[in-house]
Amino acid sequence: MTPSRTAFAAILAKDLRAELRTLQSLPAMAIFAVTTFVIFRFGLDRTQLSGDLASGVLWATLLFAAVLGINRLFVAEREEGGFDAIRLAPIDRSALFAAKATALVIYLLALELVAVPVFALFFLDSAEALGPLVAVLLLADLGLAATGTLISSMAVNSRARDLLVPLILLPLVVPLMIAATGATDPLLAVGGPGYGRFGTWLMVLGLYDLIFVLLGYAVFDFLLED
Amino acid sequence: MAPEQEVPPPAIVLAGLRRDFGERAALDGVGVELASGETLVVLGPNGAGKTTLLRILATLLRPSGGEVTVLGCALPREAWKLRGQIGYLGHEPLLYRDLSGRENLRFHARLHGIAGDEAEARIAELLAAAGMERRGDDRVAELSAGMRQRLAICRCVLHRPSLLLLDEPDSNLDAEGRELAHGLIGPGAGLTRVVVTHDPERFLPEADQVLRLGVGERAAVA
Repeated sequence: MTPSRTAFAAILAKDLRAELRTLQSLPAMAIFAVTTFVIFRFGLDRTQLSGDLASGVLWATLLFAAVLGINRLFVAEREEGGFDAIRLAPIDRSALFAAKATALVIYLLALELVAVPVFALFFLDSAEALGPLVAVLLLADLGLAATGTLISSMAVNSRARDLLVPLILLPLVVPLMIAATGATDPLLAVGGPGYGRFGTWLMVLGLYDLIFVLLGYAVFDFLLED
Repeated sequence: MAPEQEVPPPAIVLAGLRRDFGERAALDGVGVELASGETLVVLGPNGAGKTTLLRILATLLRPSGGEVTVLGCALPREAWKLRGQIGYLGHEPLLYRDLSGRENLRFHARLHGIAGDEAEARIAELLAAAGMERRGDDRVAELSAGMRQRLAICRCVLHRPSLLLLDEPDSNLDAEGRELAHGLIGPGAGLTRVVVTHDPERFLPEADQVLRLGVGERAAVA
């Protein structure tokens, strides 16, 4: 058997190289997020947001931008035979799950590197909240990546995958979004960041991550069978 | 009394192999025993189940019934033991279009636990053998169908498999390509081979056994 870390590194490097070369997912995700912020800015007719409204605008935008990347996560594997190549290799197939989820975390971090400063520019008075927000983003990204990888691998074999991914994914990430917005809400409160229940929501995010990472490892091998 | 010569176990044993897709039987009652180093040529019209048979042997599909043993591994139970010993050349080249040929081969080498100088040397050797040295750094999307097939053949033998499963191996190849491919996946390689083809004239001379599959009929071995 090829060591799992070797297979993980090979698949991750292949995905990142292909994305850097073709830019099929990242620009679309970033443009979607920025455009959505512009629409919110003019639709709400507000130059400043705070509390739960700010948190909701930020997370709804990031979630729907993430769906664009999740939809495309396994397209090369499906259309160019990558699934067969990986199934023929003497590797633990959970390496594919780990590599794809890691690639998705990297895409989400790159998206947030663009989207969060634009959000702050459009809607926030100060950038004070952005420091602690990083912890929320990291935990939410991990959960979204684990769930997204699982759902994307299930939906990719369907011709209706563009419909299936949001239809299955969105209900599953409701707890994640409740926790992410719950943790973000006090950070974006009027008068500066507050930390009431911040720690509790981070723990909920961590628990969600743990459940879906373990679930992914447990069922991914089964999902790759014919 | 002369010592008894040990007979090596057969490379492939199929008994009563069946594969259903819904209510339709793609394969029904296929039986074959192929010795190590032999070539089995599989013939039959479109829809006869040739590719299905190859995918079952490659562990990519589960049989619906019957017994399948490949290189001593009972499928599907021991499929994990078999992976890495098979060189599979299907209808799709299993190459990523946005990577170069060399990058694709490097990726497959790493999946099979070949890395560093050993991988680079093997890749250079195969690209040369396939007449692809000058096109190895071109993206697969920029290659012709014949060049992709040559590259797919390199991928198929990259990890030095014991068993070759070849589905129309000459597809898209010109005369030079066929000759070069022959050196890599022909009988001279000394490997056990299962070759699916619509070109019996080309492959029957290489066959030790012939399996004829028919739509809705039981398989016949010659």
